[in-house]
Amino acid sequence: MPDEVALQTASRVVRINLNESQWGLVLRRFIGNPQGIVALVGLGLLGGAAIFGTFITSDPNAQDASARFLSPSLDHPFGTDQLRRDLFARTVHGLRISLLIAFVSVASGATIGIILGLVTGYVGGLVETIAMRFVDALLAFPGLLAALAIITILGPGVRNVGIAIAFFSVPSFTRLARGQMLAEKENEYVVAARTLGAGPMRVIFRHIALNAVPPLLTQVALFMSIAVLLEASLSFLGLGQQPPDPSLGSLISASKSHLRVAWWYPTFPGITLAVLLVSLNLLADAINEATSPWARRRL
Amino acid sequence: MVEFIVRRLLQTLPVLLITSIAVFMVVRLIPGDPASLLAGEDPPPGTYERIREELGLDDPWIVQYVDWVSGVVTGDFGTSFRTKFTVSKLLKLSLPPSLELALASYTFALLVGIPLGVMAGARPRSLWDWGLSFFTMTTIGIPNFLLGIVLLWIFSVSLGWFPVAGRVSVIEDPIASLQALALPALTLGSGQAAVLARYTRTSVQETMGRDYIRTARAKGLTDRVVIFRHGLRNALIPVVTIAALQVGGLLSGVVIIESVFTRPGLGRTIVEAIQNRDYLVIQGMLLFLVTVFIVVNLMADLAYGFLDPRLRRGSNA
Repeated sequence: MPDEVALQTASRVVRINLNESQWGLVLRRFIGNPQGIVALVGLGLLGGAAIFGTFITSDPNAQDASARFLSPSLDHPFGTDQLRRDLFARTVHGLRISLLIAFVSVASGATIGIILGLVTGYVGGLVETIAMRFVDALLAFPGLLAALAIITILGPGVRNVGIAIAFFSVPSFTRLARGQMLAEKENEYVVAARTLGAGPMRVIFRHIALNAVPPLLTQVALFMSIAVLLEASLSFLGLGQQPPDPSLGSLISASKSHLRVAWWYPTFPGITLAVLLVSLNLLADAINEATSPWARRRL
Repeated sequence: MVEFIVRRLLQTLPVLLITSIAVFMVVRLIPGDPASLLAGEDPPPGTYERIREELGLDDPWIVQYVDWVSGVVTGDFGTSFRTKFTVSKLLKLSLPPSLELALASYTFALLVGIPLGVMAGARPRSLWDWGLSFFTMTTIGIPNFLLGIVLLWIFSVSLGWFPVAGRVSVIEDPIASLQALALPALTLGSGQAAVLARYTRTSVQETMGRDYIRTARAKGLTDRVVIFRHGLRNALIPVVTIAALQVGGLLSGVVIIESVFTRPGLGRTIVEAIQNRDYLVIQGMLLFLVTVFIVVNLMADLAYGFLDPRLRRGSNA
């Protein structure tokens, strides 16, 4: 059985190299990986629930159920809470916030970080040294403490949590992108482009970035899961989403006082959060294997 | 070795400098006048002026920073405007419970994580290896505060085996103290154990593929001797660094776990300070935690250099 797989992959690599673009190859490897499929299914379900669920649910803050702490039923699939609110609507809206914050904050943090890393890595010299010292100093803060510092400045709130996450993801991406740049910029195609008269911006973003960025996608997926975790943790601490608006972390936090009466209260937000985190981690693993199949799985 | 220590110490200084500036800036970056923020709503007469004076807000930033740092070096972090305690007193009060929690969790993580990683690494695709994969996935999916809630629910609320909240001093009542510590330490420690086990597994697996391991086996040594005498000695070197780096995760974890189990400590103090906008407390706590983190990292690097002579040479840019 293993021999057969090895032969197949060997022949496939040759054919792909001739006919397929790099992205096509990556996509094919990603889809061929069960981890990637599981991650896509999980994220698809959750993403669908977050986007369409808000149409079929009522206002998550409406206190309109017939009683407090109703156990799950057809009317209220996830039960109701201490204020007669529907927990299904609250979980769906909380999930939506988690996804939104994770996506927007990591997208902006990664973009800024990657541009900084590529440019400083290409330019080198004093600029690079100073930038890297700042990166070192920022990386010296453990993630949660950096987020706490930013929340102190901006005040509690879910939007500020997003800003904190974006800010704290910048240095990691800067460092990684710089590493990629240092590895790429000695290549002959870079020399060729420069010989043809391409300016630094064109060389960096039209030539080098196309090769240097794909391996960083793994990091994007990984940071998405870190962002979800940070947002949930800060909301759990009461520094993220402010009441009455729901978030997965604050729902779990609120359930703590009612564990004796409402088993469903922590259960459904908890399962949602767990599925989201596992899916994002599987996604990161699958992207990693798809973009660098020769790399050993980092587990 | 001396040169390596000196160089590494010198590299730490700029990092400490920049982080202290960053922490100093936190309070200055808050929109609005820091003194009126610190005084809170409706301050007693004279408070506002006293705060301006105490912070030296009329001086240039450089002077303010130097004043603050020279205060910090002598243990003067200022006074909490809410509780009227000095920040160093608050530190002194909240450090022991947090330290206790951190040490207990860390011990648990080392005792579970390293043996599990060694077994999984030495025997790939065994029950140990699958067990570790399952354990890792579980800790990824279930963040520590959720695990804490689940444990609290099962063992404290339903079964009543452990207290629901609080902390008992070891000196007053050792048994009750351990009872209150058990669940928080288990919660925080298991996540750390999984990370540690994963790195240990990778390192052991790589080491077991080396030529000298094959030589040892070819000599006819028993499995036990090969693994423990030849493999582990080398495999555990990188683990030392990871184990030290995890202290950062431990600090973050303490903040969260103390909230889950309603334990007093650094985490509760800092979260309450943020909610109450008690800025000098936040400043002091942040500086303390970040410094601990940097110092631990430094010690990890030194330990690594001590264990692996190759690292003492060359620069790490």
